[in-house]
Amino acid sequence: MNAPMVHAEGVRKHFGKLQVLKGIDLTVERGQVCCLLGPSGSGKSTFLRCINHLEKIDGGRLSVDGEPVGYRPQGTRLHELREREVAARRRDIGMVFQRFNLFPHMTALENVMEAPVKVAGTARERARDEARALLDQVGLADREGHYPAELSGGQQQRVAIARALAMKPKLMLFDEPTSALDPELVGDVLDVMRRLADDGMTMVVVTHEIGFAREVGDLAVFMDEGVVVESGDPRRVLAEPEQERTRAFLSKVL
Amino acid sequence: MTTTHVGAPHTGAPLAPDTFEIVPVHHWGRRLSAVGAVAALAGLIGSLAKNGNLHWDVVGHYLFAGLIFDGLVTTLWLTAAAMTVGLALGTLVAVMRLSDNPVLYGLSSLFVWVFRGTPLLVQIIFWGYAGALYHHVMIGVPFTGVTFFQADTNALLTPSVAALLALGLNEAAYTSEIVRAGIRSVDPGQTEAAHSLGMRPALTMRRIVLPQAMRVIIPPLGNETINMLKMTALVSVIAAHDLMSNIQDVYGQNYQVIPMLVVASLWYLALVSALSVPQAWLERRYGRGTARGAEISPLRRLCAGPLTALLGRTHKEEGR
Repeated sequence: MNAPMVHAEGVRKHFGKLQVLKGIDLTVERGQVCCLLGPSGSGKSTFLRCINHLEKIDGGRLSVDGEPVGYRPQGTRLHELREREVAARRRDIGMVFQRFNLFPHMTALENVMEAPVKVAGTARERARDEARALLDQVGLADREGHYPAELSGGQQQRVAIARALAMKPKLMLFDEPTSALDPELVGDVLDVMRRLADDGMTMVVVTHEIGFAREVGDLAVFMDEGVVVESGDPRRVLAEPEQERTRAFLSKVL
Repeated sequence: MTTTHVGAPHTGAPLAPDTFEIVPVHHWGRRLSAVGAVAALAGLIGSLAKNGNLHWDVVGHYLFAGLIFDGLVTTLWLTAAAMTVGLALGTLVAVMRLSDNPVLYGLSSLFVWVFRGTPLLVQIIFWGYAGALYHHVMIGVPFTGVTFFQADTNALLTPSVAALLALGLNEAAYTSEIVRAGIRSVDPGQTEAAHSLGMRPALTMRRIVLPQAMRVIIPPLGNETINMLKMTALVSVIAAHDLMSNIQDVYGQNYQVIPMLVVASLWYLALVSALSVPQAWLERRYGRGTARGAEISPLRRLCAGPLTALLGRTHKEEGR
């Protein structure tokens, strides 16, 4: 299969009368790290949520790994997916949220084990071993018995990354993963993400961390008011933006 | 004033901290009102103890009588069964009310409207006399005449069954609102996180949403259970042989109304007190991960209640 991991063509989305996405075109190849940048309200988070069908698109085409999101193609028709099928597709896509959204009634280890055991049907012992390995990978081996409330924001976010990785996804989505963190905790989370990128994970990252986009990103996409204003190699887009709107935004955040 | 050694500030000399003695404010008003309240309570207890019309001997005689115990057992299982029916059906109704299906939403709203909107006493009497509405009950396919099951209403709806049905259905209407509020109190981000891991809606509800909703649901549910225990007394109107029915049977014969009501009250008080133990345990169980106050054992909390009431002031000051 040579289909791109994420492919969007003219994706549109509105909430009531508010047009949030006005035709997004975007292609993320396998193994690429794509950083979505732009002012708040530009639609980048909404677009990210469309990729794993947390939001339903109103127009255009959107596919992940060659399969249209939310639909099963059959001849000339697109059949809307059932809940079971939507859930099955989401297993391959990991998502990390701005507010972590760890399950507060479970320990760090239980959070990571939950989906492998209950969704993938992995045996408990094996899931536990794998979960421990993942927590070790994000530097939290000694925190497995802690509840989320007993962890710092940065630690919670790293548990959330481990939890998403536990389903062995082929694509990881990050929705402003460091925006809710104290400045000194941002580095640990970005380090984990950088290692993930080095291991070849395909990632779409909504972020305000320009430094991360420049160093780790293969593709920078600048969005504003529901359209892609400019995209390309981060080192070029961030250093010598062609568009006035990109320049104005970068001058504010840098 | 005579006890303080205030170093004269106007001299401007630096003062050693130990030259001051702290004089606490004397709360004369508090002490006076406390003495007054205790005196009034003692007077009331004294007059009750000396009142011959209370017939403490009758109270003592019936407190552990077999008939009262039979009623007690009925009251207990009726409470447990009605709460079980109420909780199971209430959760179902709550999920229906939160569903996107307009028909399910409408039906569940109708259910809540009817069973919450009519007096419980009316519902109990209704189920007790349902035989007057339908002489037979049957289960079959509507409008076809196909019947799977048929029975005489009065044989099926014994007073106990009618009582259980009335209390359970009424409770379901209230419980559904409690459960619905509990479910809605859970951050939508939890559902999104579960969905993004590939969990289906039913699994998400069972593993992620409901366990978190329990924290919000349990305190009002404890209230409901206590209410239920006392509301079972209403089923005495259809002679369901609960504690209150049997109490009424006794004072109907011996005319010792007040002493028998004291017997009933003592038992209801004892049962309600006992109920707070499992409630505290459940609150601790579902408070996992939210810590504060969850580490106190249920037994200690039970003791702490009356203790704080009695020794409120001293207790508070120790806590500082």
